[in-house]
Amino acid sequence: MKTTQDKWLFEISSKQKLVSFNFTEIWRYRDLLFLFVKRDIITAYKQTILGPLWYVIQPLFTSVIFTLIFNNLGQIKTGNVDPFLFNLTGITLWNYFKQCLTGTSNTFTKNQNIFGKVYFPRAIMPLSVTISNLVKFGIQFLILVGFYVFYLIKGDNLSVSFNYLMLLPLYVFMMALFGLGFGMLLSAMTTKYRDLTVLVGFGVQLLMYLSAVPYPLSEAKDKFPTTVATLVEYNPLSQIIEGFRFVVLNVGSIEVSKIFITLIICILTFLIGLVIFNKTEKSFIDTV
Amino acid sequence: MMHSNVILKVEGIGKQYRLGLVGTGTITQDLNRWWSRVRGKEDPYLKIGDTNIRSEQGSSNYVWALQNINFEVKQGEVLGIIGKNGAGKSTLLKILSRVTAPTLGTIKSKGRIASLLEVGTGFHPEMTGRENIYLNGAILGMTKSEITSKIDEIIEFSGCLRYIDTPVKRYSSGMTVRLAFAVAAHLEPDILVVDEVLAVGDAEFQKKAIGKMQDISKGQGRTVLFVSHNMASVKQLCDRGIVLKDGKVLFSGGIEDCVEEYLNEHDESTEHRAQVVWSENEAPGSEDFILLGVKTTNHKGQIKSIFLNNESVHICIETKLLSDLNNMRLNFKLYNSNEIIVFSTSSHQFEAVNKRVGIYNYEIVIPPNLLNHDTYKIALQAGMPGIKQILFSTKVLNFSIEKITSSGTTYSTVLPGVIAPNITWNIR
Repeated sequence: MKTTQDKWLFEISSKQKLVSFNFTEIWRYRDLLFLFVKRDIITAYKQTILGPLWYVIQPLFTSVIFTLIFNNLGQIKTGNVDPFLFNLTGITLWNYFKQCLTGTSNTFTKNQNIFGKVYFPRAIMPLSVTISNLVKFGIQFLILVGFYVFYLIKGDNLSVSFNYLMLLPLYVFMMALFGLGFGMLLSAMTTKYRDLTVLVGFGVQLLMYLSAVPYPLSEAKDKFPTTVATLVEYNPLSQIIEGFRFVVLNVGSIEVSKIFITLIICILTFLIGLVIFNKTEKSFIDTV
Repeated sequence: MMHSNVILKVEGIGKQYRLGLVGTGTITQDLNRWWSRVRGKEDPYLKIGDTNIRSEQGSSNYVWALQNINFEVKQGEVLGIIGKNGAGKSTLLKILSRVTAPTLGTIKSKGRIASLLEVGTGFHPEMTGRENIYLNGAILGMTKSEITSKIDEIIEFSGCLRYIDTPVKRYSSGMTVRLAFAVAAHLEPDILVVDEVLAVGDAEFQKKAIGKMQDISKGQGRTVLFVSHNMASVKQLCDRGIVLKDGKVLFSGGIEDCVEEYLNEHDESTEHRAQVVWSENEAPGSEDFILLGVKTTNHKGQIKSIFLNNESVHICIETKLLSDLNNMRLNFKLYNSNEIIVFSTSSHQFEAVNKRVGIYNYEIVIPPNLLNHDTYKIALQAGMPGIKQILFSTKVLNFSIEKITSSGTTYSTVLPGVIAPNITWNIR
């Protein structure tokens, strides 16, 4: 029975490898990836009057409310920077994380119709969510730049640290990695335990307050009880938000070691998410 | 070399499913499973599980939908997979198309597999027909440039040119299906898996779809795995087949033998019943003609399966003609327990040549004092001589004849012979 000419293109097996992330296969399906991205973008606001304007309205309104509550009412100091701009910066990046997380955490349950019928590398789905949200992030970032210029002309003391500007893509990348990894982890678990979908909904909302979005890290250290302050400080998300604000607005501080540790945490989260995701994708259709 | 053109090899595939509600208790079982894996032991839940017989009560919550499936498919071969509902066909296709993983065993393939399990997967109602062709094509494994080169052909095949730049949500359901099938039909995988897609669309489109299927399998020499309940199209398209029953391979071989085996398997389950009734979906037949029910009665119309030799046997057949046919006839064959044809008869001498759509009831009367003490099988077949068969020979019912003596007791010994008519002896 054994012939050396037998070269199998692929094998479907009951045995599972720990990591079977097939990059060549994903590359072969790259067209699908971009078609999904295109679909997400063009269908997001079909049959709405304001259309893509919604991308802009959401962060602006949230920033206004945050400024009213946290800065006017709550007296949180934001240094040299106008509180509105401070909030807008944090919210822009936070929104990206939130969209990635919520968008990928229901990958299996939302797509069970497609997944139950045809095969393509399942990781395409969360990847496409991350990329299409990157486009939305891009639009929101442009708005941020617009307001930045506006405050600059108004005469506010803003100084971009051009030396650190190259860190900007790194922070966005880390956010994407963390959101994707965390989302894939959750998506694998929601297939069996639906409780998590409920948890994700309000969990993300609460997580925002522990991730230094509406306040700088320094304020947290001053005013929070020490346990909470440590929690916020060691939360990789607050490190990313704080770092992003430092690069854009030059408020707060960053340390190389912390960037490094955060990056490692993000990569680890992504890898763990990927492994769990791969384990689930093979037979989730039986349990979903 | 014979072996080298095997394109797909299925080795010892098994699939276990958990029945009932997946809810509380799953965490404990998950932990149990994980714990035994940590200790390097076998999964405790793999051992239990029954053969998958739908109608019977099992002893555990686990069931083997497929067990020890082995077969090979050669390059360019069209393999038919047949079996009753719940025999494991769809599970097998799901594993082949990598929608779900097998519990045991491996499948090795030398080519890309694409499946037409369900057409129209991933259609987005807000996008136009054209955009959906691209998306759907890519989901099925085509690249963008492949689709671009075929898009005119696809649109033309679908017959939806007028609507191609309109969102799919404005389409009628028939148009959506046409568009979806058009995309699927233009796939060019090495191995194509097809499951009952021919049951979509109107008659004209079905004809087109079957034509395309034949094209793919016969014309282009593609390897196809074809699953269907329609024995006529299976016979038409496939070279070889496997028959699945309760998750196991019952038979594999030439397609004619497979169909025969499948039909016989049907007839086992009808033993000792005096009446069979089919629902329209499961009825034997074809797109033109189906059997709705068969029963055996005595002259008073009482349904029974055991007759005395001095009673007449009335065989009542209810059929439904689904299209107007000329020169169609229903043929009846009676087999005895040795599979010898006792006699055969045909309806064409008794009915009109041209028949219209409708329900037709036939009654065949076997006169008393003709058959011997035996069990007989009724086989029905319908067709248009020289044109096509619309019902392949199907054994539908059994009945028994018991011989009585003039004193009213049954014979303990049976006289040899296929028939036992009343013979007159004149002795002088």
